[in-house]
Amino acid sequence: MADDTSARHAHYWRRNIRYVGLLLAVWFSVSFGFGILLVEPLNAINLPGTAYPLGFWFAQQGSIYVFVALIFVYVKLMNGLDAEFDVAEEDGT
Amino acid sequence: MTAQQWTLTLVVATFALYIGIAVWSRASTTKDFYVAGTGVSPLANGMATAADWMSAASFLGMAGLISFMGYDGSVYLMGWTGGYVLLALLLAPYLRKFGAFTVPDFVGDRYYSQTARIVAVVCAIFISFTYVAGQMRGVGIVFGRFLEVDVDIGVYIGMGVVFFYAVLGGMKGITYTQVAQYCVLIFAYMVPAIFLSIMVTGNPIPQLGLGGVDLESGMPLLERLNGLNTELGFAEYTSGTKSMLDVLFITTALMVGTAGLPHVIIRFYTVPRVRDARISVGWALVFIALLYTTAPAIAVFARTNLINSVSETPYSEVPEWFTTWEDTGLLGFEDLNGDGRIQFVGPDSPVANELSVDNDIIVLANPEIAELPNWVIGLVAAGGLAAALSTAAGLLLVVSSAVSHDLLKRSLMPEISERGELLAARVAAAAAVLFAGYLGTHPPGYVAQVVAFAFGLAASSFFPVIILGIFSKRTTREGAILGMVSGIALTGAYIVWFTLMHPELSNPENWWFGISPQGIGTVGMLLNFAVTMTVSRFTPEPPEHVRRLVDSIRIPKGVEEGAA
Repeated sequence: MADDTSARHAHYWRRNIRYVGLLLAVWFSVSFGFGILLVEPLNAINLPGTAYPLGFWFAQQGSIYVFVALIFVYVKLMNGLDAEFDVAEEDGT
Repeated sequence: MTAQQWTLTLVVATFALYIGIAVWSRASTTKDFYVAGTGVSPLANGMATAADWMSAASFLGMAGLISFMGYDGSVYLMGWTGGYVLLALLLAPYLRKFGAFTVPDFVGDRYYSQTARIVAVVCAIFISFTYVAGQMRGVGIVFGRFLEVDVDIGVYIGMGVVFFYAVLGGMKGITYTQVAQYCVLIFAYMVPAIFLSIMVTGNPIPQLGLGGVDLESGMPLLERLNGLNTELGFAEYTSGTKSMLDVLFITTALMVGTAGLPHVIIRFYTVPRVRDARISVGWALVFIALLYTTAPAIAVFARTNLINSVSETPYSEVPEWFTTWEDTGLLGFEDLNGDGRIQFVGPDSPVANELSVDNDIIVLANPEIAELPNWVIGLVAAGGLAAALSTAAGLLLVVSSAVSHDLLKRSLMPEISERGELLAARVAAAAAVLFAGYLGTHPPGYVAQVVAFAFGLAASSFFPVIILGIFSKRTTREGAILGMVSGIALTGAYIVWFTLMHPELSNPENWWFGISPQGIGTVGMLLNFAVTMTVSRFTPEPPEHVRRLVDSIRIPKGVEEGAA
């Protein structure tokens, strides 16, 4: 039984690590990637429909919006994972 | 009413509100005092975190900094928001599951070592005091400028208010006053921004106005500002002057430093459950992002306005706000070429620059430059005070709990009673307020650099050790202690060398690989990771109960740490 539980928990942890890895890859791309490393080539084009140079937009606006979205995606993924592995805390604790 | 009457009314009204909340939410146990009884809703905690985090520097200083730095200012925008992704994904949920009161609590228990705990206490206190000095100064400046009282008296008034709710209410009082302070500061920030956006671009949403068209010239706003900047010999606004490597390192240091700041981390101890901690970080960033995406818009509107209203203007015809702000010393004009006109030009211009503009003025003087109604001016003053006081209170709580909980309860006097500990916490909070007031009235001449120090220190000390403590069971106490000490030593030495001992040498030619003192925290962090991991490999494994503790931190429910 105990081994079963710990195998299940190890599985839960691996899934968590995978989610974190994927989301951090996006986090890195929008800020360090688009906002810093690729800023010059991206500035050659505008964000469609606006007068924002695209690289500048990522550095001063876009990356922040993506950061917010990433956290909410993580919350959703983890709430699902908690339920799937039956490790969610009860209400009112 | 005059601007000064409006300011007085709004400041008194908001202060009365904060004190009322403090009386209503007194702390009766140490759990109340340290973590608000872990009963804060995730949404309220998100708001409190946002107020806790956004200091006088964010509210008063940031838009101005960006205004002068252009693209280079992005390091603050990305650096001070990106850290929340790290907090949500790598720290907050696990620390909530651990369920302690302070950051040194985690370090001491996870690394089964009193030495590690004490190192953490010293770091936490140092980081918090360096930060709080700037907040108290901010309070004094707002009072001085808007109510024409002496800066020192402004600091005393601010101390009195913080004293009242931090000592009485602890984390519980601080949390609910911070919720109120967030509402005040965001309203105060958005109102002038919306007015400006409508005036400059015709779009009421500043975030969109920034990418819109300048009404006056009919050109895209950013293109117009690029043109003005180049014409006057400044760098193009949307491209930077810093080296890409330095931008990378500064952004990383600020992100990681944000995630390692103890006053931010402890906010996530106050919610009931692990899932609440996760979503609470999300709410915090929503509330922060509202201000942080507005700041770059204010920066551009204000810069365009400033250039249009002062460049080549005869000094005899300057608007009234110009002379008011000249009196405070935040704005200075010297007619070098004697033509009676203001030359506001950049380093690439053939003529000399005659105008000096302090960063803080951009937010403070905006309502006057844009000729907004008097109540908006009062609102900005109340907002600046809210931002400074909320951050100061959060920092003071870290100091107080580090002394009463980590130093007394967990190290020197483990037999201290609940009542004794609560009393000690209040006394420590009171002492911390007094010391912060002293720092505010006798500011070290290098407040700005010292704040950079706080970030570098947090990045190079706490962040790697907490992450490894959660994600690698093999990390040992020897590794953690040596890692923290080497990370801090390198970062501290580099910053002290270039900002305090040899500021004249602080330029890209002397910096290692062109990395500025602001970005060195990243190097310290990498060193900390490398040392901690290497030493851990060659020292005895952590004991069984610690590995069990790590297991229990990783899973929201189901592993009891004391089960063995």
